[in-house]
Amino acid sequence: MKLKSQALVGSEAYKANVQGHLEALHLVEAAAALAMAGGGETARARHLGRGKMLPRERVANLLDPGAPFLEVGVTAAHGLYGGAAPCAGVIAGVGRVMGQDVMVVCNDATVKGGTYYPMTVKKHLRAQEIAEENHLPCVYLVDSGGANLPNQDEVFPDRDHFGRIFYNQARMSAKGIAQIAVVMGSCTAGGAYVPAMSDVTIIVREQGTIFLAGPPLVRAATGEVVSAEDLGGGDVHTRLSGVADYLAEDDAHALALARRAVGSLNRVTPVVARDTPELPAYDPEEILGVVPADLRTPYDIREVIARVVDGSRFDEFKPRFGETLVSGFAKIDGYPVGIIANNGVLFSEAAQKGAHFVELCSARRIPLVFLQNITGFMVGRRYENEGIARHGAKMVTAVATTSVPKITMVVGGSFGAGNYGMSGRAYGPRFMWSWPNSRISVMGGAQAAGVLATVKRDALERSGESWSAEEEAAFKEPTVRMFEEQSHPLYASARLWDDGIVDPRMARQVLSLSLSAALNAPIEETRFGVFRM
Amino acid sequence: MFDRILIANRGEIACRVIETAQRLGVSTVAVYSDADAGAKHVAMADQAVHIGAAPPSESYLRGERIIAAALQTGAQAIHPGYGFLSENPGFVEAVVAAGLVFIGPSADAIRKMGLKDAAKDLMAAAGVPVVPGYQGADQDAGVLAQAAEKIGYPVLIKAVAGGGGKGMRRVDRAEDFAGSLASCRAEAKGAFGNDAVLIETYIEAPRHIEVQIFGDGRRAVHLFERDCSLQRRHQKVIEEAPAPGMTDVMRQAMGDAAVRAAETIGYSGAGTVEFIVDARDGLRADRFWFMEMNTRLQVEHPVTECITGVDLVAWQLRVASGEDLPARQEDLQLSGHAFEARLYAEDVAAGFLPATGRLAHLAFPMGVRADSGVRSGDVISPHYDPMIAKLIVHGPTRAIALRQLSRALAQCQVAGTVTNLAFLGALAGHEGFARAEVDTGLIARDLEALTELAEVSAQVVAQAALVAAGLERMTGAGVGFALWAPLRRTILLGFGGAELSVVLMSRGPDLCEVELVDGLVRAERIDGRWRFDGMAGHAAFQEGDMVTVFADYGRAFRIIDPLERAAGGAPEAGTLIAAPMPGLVRDVFATVGQEVKSGDRLAVLEAMKMEHALVAVRDGVVAEVLVAAGDQVDAGAVLIRLEEPEDAA
Repeated sequence: MKLKSQALVGSEAYKANVQGHLEALHLVEAAAALAMAGGGETARARHLGRGKMLPRERVANLLDPGAPFLEVGVTAAHGLYGGAAPCAGVIAGVGRVMGQDVMVVCNDATVKGGTYYPMTVKKHLRAQEIAEENHLPCVYLVDSGGANLPNQDEVFPDRDHFGRIFYNQARMSAKGIAQIAVVMGSCTAGGAYVPAMSDVTIIVREQGTIFLAGPPLVRAATGEVVSAEDLGGGDVHTRLSGVADYLAEDDAHALALARRAVGSLNRVTPVVARDTPELPAYDPEEILGVVPADLRTPYDIREVIARVVDGSRFDEFKPRFGETLVSGFAKIDGYPVGIIANNGVLFSEAAQKGAHFVELCSARRIPLVFLQNITGFMVGRRYENEGIARHGAKMVTAVATTSVPKITMVVGGSFGAGNYGMSGRAYGPRFMWSWPNSRISVMGGAQAAGVLATVKRDALERSGESWSAEEEAAFKEPTVRMFEEQSHPLYASARLWDDGIVDPRMARQVLSLSLSAALNAPIEETRFGVFRM
Repeated sequence: MFDRILIANRGEIACRVIETAQRLGVSTVAVYSDADAGAKHVAMADQAVHIGAAPPSESYLRGERIIAAALQTGAQAIHPGYGFLSENPGFVEAVVAAGLVFIGPSADAIRKMGLKDAAKDLMAAAGVPVVPGYQGADQDAGVLAQAAEKIGYPVLIKAVAGGGGKGMRRVDRAEDFAGSLASCRAEAKGAFGNDAVLIETYIEAPRHIEVQIFGDGRRAVHLFERDCSLQRRHQKVIEEAPAPGMTDVMRQAMGDAAVRAAETIGYSGAGTVEFIVDARDGLRADRFWFMEMNTRLQVEHPVTECITGVDLVAWQLRVASGEDLPARQEDLQLSGHAFEARLYAEDVAAGFLPATGRLAHLAFPMGVRADSGVRSGDVISPHYDPMIAKLIVHGPTRAIALRQLSRALAQCQVAGTVTNLAFLGALAGHEGFARAEVDTGLIARDLEALTELAEVSAQVVAQAALVAAGLERMTGAGVGFALWAPLRRTILLGFGGAELSVVLMSRGPDLCEVELVDGLVRAERIDGRWRFDGMAGHAAFQEGDMVTVFADYGRAFRIIDPLERAAGGAPEAGTLIAAPMPGLVRDVFATVGQEVKSGDRLAVLEAMKMEHALVAVRDGVVAEVLVAAGDQVDAGAVLIRLEEPEDAA
C-alpha cells in the first residue's frame, strides 16, 4: 500500500521546520568537524612529517573506493576532557574491503598520541561489540601509546575497560570473526596485545613498534640501552620474534596488504533475500520539512516512513488497533524490514500490538526497524488498573528476546519506559542512531522538575511551611536546565549512548547500511521469555 | 575470373585482398603462421592453411609451402600482397611452374626493376629522366670535377660507404669543389676506411612523388600520382593524392614517363614508379627523376583508389585472370583529395621503437576507411610489422580532407599499446603541411615539435582516476556515502615516467571531487554522463591495471598497486640488461663469470632492420645469460643479469 503524504511542501510551517532542523544540524556539523580535525594542525603536521598518512586517510585507503563508510561514534567524547579527545581519539565504523563488510578501528595518534581515554575504550569496545554481533571481520589500524595514564583508574581495571579489548579479540577469533592488525605506529604495553592477539598482523618498517615496555622503561628496569626499532620494530617482529607476519614499506603498502588479507578470508556471507532497491516515492530531503522541529508538535510518523521505504510502500499491520503505535512491513533499499514507529503515547493496546508484531517478524526472520518518538507509556488510574505495566512488559520482553536484528533510530523524543519498549540502547539494537532534533531522558525536564517540586512542596506543607510560586519556579529552573543539556543528542552521543547522530535526510541510507552490516550474521531462531499474559 | 585464390600474406593487406575477392564472388584461402592462427585475415578467409612457425623465414617466406597450400586447396592464383614474396622473381617462376597464376608482374619484369642501377640505365635508355650523377670507378679529382660540372651545381659529394650524414658535402660553386672533395674524402677515410665518393645533383627540397601505373603486359595506364614526402628515416608516414601543387603539365610528363617505364618492361598488374622531385621552385616538369619501380601493390594504394574510384585489387584480379586493362587512360578521372596515415604500435618518445602488446581496445571513427589486419583483443607480435591500421580519408579539397584526417586521428581509440597516433595528429595539424610545404626533410626538421606531447589536462587525469577507482561505472545510493565528510581515497597513477597521486572525494554516486597536486576537479554525472569541471568526459577503457582515456589521441595511465612496493625492494639499477624492444638476438658477447665494465657491449639485438647494441651501464660480473643468439625476445625481456663483483666471489 503506497503511503499518501498529507504534508504541504513549501508551506510556512514546512519552511519553519526546515529552518529548525537545519539549526539543529549545524550544531552537529560543527561538532563533527571538530572530531574530523583530530588533534589539530600542529599534531597533524607532525604526523605527516613522519611520513605517516592521517588516520582518516588510512581508513579511506583501506576501504574499497567509493564504498560506503558507516562511521560510529563520530562525536564521541565531544565536550569531554576539556575537548582533548576529538572523536574519542579513535575512528570506528563499518566499511567495505574487497567487497566485504568489515569493522575498522583506527587510532588517531594526533590525539594525545592515540592514548586511550575512558571514552576511547568505550568506543573501541562498542566497535568490537558491533563486529561480534554482526560477524564483521575487524581491522585495527594501530597507532597508540596505550592507556591514558592520568585517567588510568577509568580505563584499566574494570570489566569494560582496556583488557576487554583483547578478551574480545580472542573471543571473536574463536567465533571465526577475523582479527587483523596493522601496526602503523606505537603499540606499547597493553597496546602490544592488539597485534599480538590478531590472526594476521602487518607492521610498517621503521614506523610501527610493538613492545611491552618501551626503551625508557627498559633502561630504567634493567639498564639495557636499546633503540625502539631494535627493541620491537617491523624488521625484528617479522624476522625474529614472529609477533607480526608481514613487513610493509609504508602506510599505503601496509593498507594494501591488509586489503589482501581481507580478500583471502574465505568468508561466506549468509545469503539475504534482497529486492531490487527502489527510491521512495517521496523525496527524503522533505523529511526536514514534514517533521516538526518542535518535539511537542504531534505529527503522523507515516510522513517519515513514506520518505524512507522503497516506493513509499508500507504494508501496515493492525492499522485500526492501538493506533499510537504504527507497525508494518516494508523494504528499505531492497531489504525486507518490519517497522515499529510511534504516533503518540503507548497505551495497552499499542503495547500488545507491538509485542504481536515483534513475534511476527521473529517468526519470519525479518529485521526490525524502530523509529522512536515516544514520551512513554500512558499513566493514570485507568491504565494502571487495566495492567498497562503487564502489557508494556509483553512488548519489552518481545523486544528484548527476539533474535532478529534491531535497528533503532531516535527521530524525536526518547523518554522513560518508552525507550525500553522501543528498543533503546539497553535492548541491544545492532545500531542506534539519533537525529539532531531528538531528545533522550528518563522524562521531560518540566515533568522531572514538577515531580521534584511536588515532593518538596509536600514536605514543606507537611511541616507547615509555605512555598511561593516564585520559589517553586526558581527551584525547578536548574532541573529543567540540566535535563535540557543532558537530553541533547550531542550529550548522548558524546557518551556513546547511541552510535551517532545522523542527518535525517540520510536516514534511509543509514538504515540500509545498518541492515547490510547486520545481515552478515545469520538470523537465529528466536526463543521468547515468559510473557505476562 | 578465378573461382578461388590464395593470399600469400597476412595483416591488413591480406584482409584488403580478401574483401575485394569476396565482393567479386571469389573464394579465398589464407595462409598463417603459428603466431597468426587466430588472426583477422584467417577469420575472414573461406579457408586457411597453416604454413609454419612465426618467423617469416619459416612461414610467409616459404614459397614452396604456400604453393603446396594453393594446390591442396584448389586455388587457381596467388596474390602476394606487398612485402614477403611479392617481389621475388624465383617465387613467381615457381608459382607459374606449378600451373598457377601469380597475381602480379612477370618474373622478368621484377628482375629488370630489381637491380636498381640496371633499372636506371634501362629507364634512361627508354627516355625516362634519371637523377644526374656520377658513380664511376675513376676517382681522379679532375674526373670528379668534370662530372660535377656536367651535372650542374649545386652538387652533393657523398661517400660511397657513407651514412648518418657523415661524409657528405654540398658544393655550390666550381671553385669550392676541390677543397670540399678533399675534406669529404678525409672524413670518409676516417669514418669508413674508404674514401671513394659519388657525385649527385643536389636536391634542395626533395619530394617523393610516385605514379601508380597499371599494365596488362602490353599496354599500361597511370592512375595519377601520390605524394609520399612525409617520411621519417625513409619510412612513409602520411601519403596523399594528388600531389599538392601538381600542374597538368607536370602530371602529364610524369604519367607519360611512368607509363613508358611500365611498357618498356611489358609490365602486368599494379606497379608504382617512384620519382624524386626538386621542388625548390615548385613542381617543374624538368625537375623529376626516376628512382625505382615497385613491382607490386603499394601500402599507400588506397589514396589512389579514393581519388580515382578504382578498386586496384579488383583490377589486379581481372587482369591476372586474362582480362584487358579495365580502363583507357582517358577514362580515368581524378576527383578530390585523399590522405592516408599509417598507425603503428610504436613508442615515439623512445625514438619510434616498435612496440608490441595486446590491443585491449581498438575502434575507428565512422565514415573513415580504416584498413586494418587487427581487431580489439589481437596481439601486435614482435614477428611482424607493428602496423595497426591505415586511416584513409577522401574529401573534395585538400584542406577538407586534411581536416577529416585530423578528426579521424583524434577519434581513433587504441588501448593496450603505445602508438604513433599523437605524432600523426601533430603532423596532420602541422602548419607547413597544411600549406602543402612538404618535402622529405619536414619531419626531421620539426621532429621535436611533432613529438612533443601536450600536457595532460587535470580533467583527463581526474577521469582516469575515476575509472581506475571503478567510480565511473558505480551506481547505487550507497556509493560515496559517509556521514559528515567524504573520505579521501588516494589513487596512484603511472603516467609517462611520473607517478601521479590523485585523491578522490566521493560525495555520492554522481558527484566526486578529485584533488590533484595543483587543483581540484569537480566530476559530476548528469544524465548518465560524467562531466569534469563541466566538460564532457571522454570515452575511456580499462583493462587490468591500464586505463586509457581517449583524449589527446589516447592517454594511458597505469594503476599503481601499493603492493608492488614489496618489502625487499627491486633489484639494483643496471643489474638487469633487458631488450628495449621486441627483436631477434643477433649476438651474445657476455659469458657467465666474465667481468664487464660500464659501456661494454654485451649483446646485439636486431629489430626493425636495425641493430641495437646492449651495453653494460655499470661495472659488474655476468651472473647469468638468459638468451642465446637467434632467440626472439619481447620488449622488456631480461637477457643478461649482472652482479656485484663481491657477490660473485
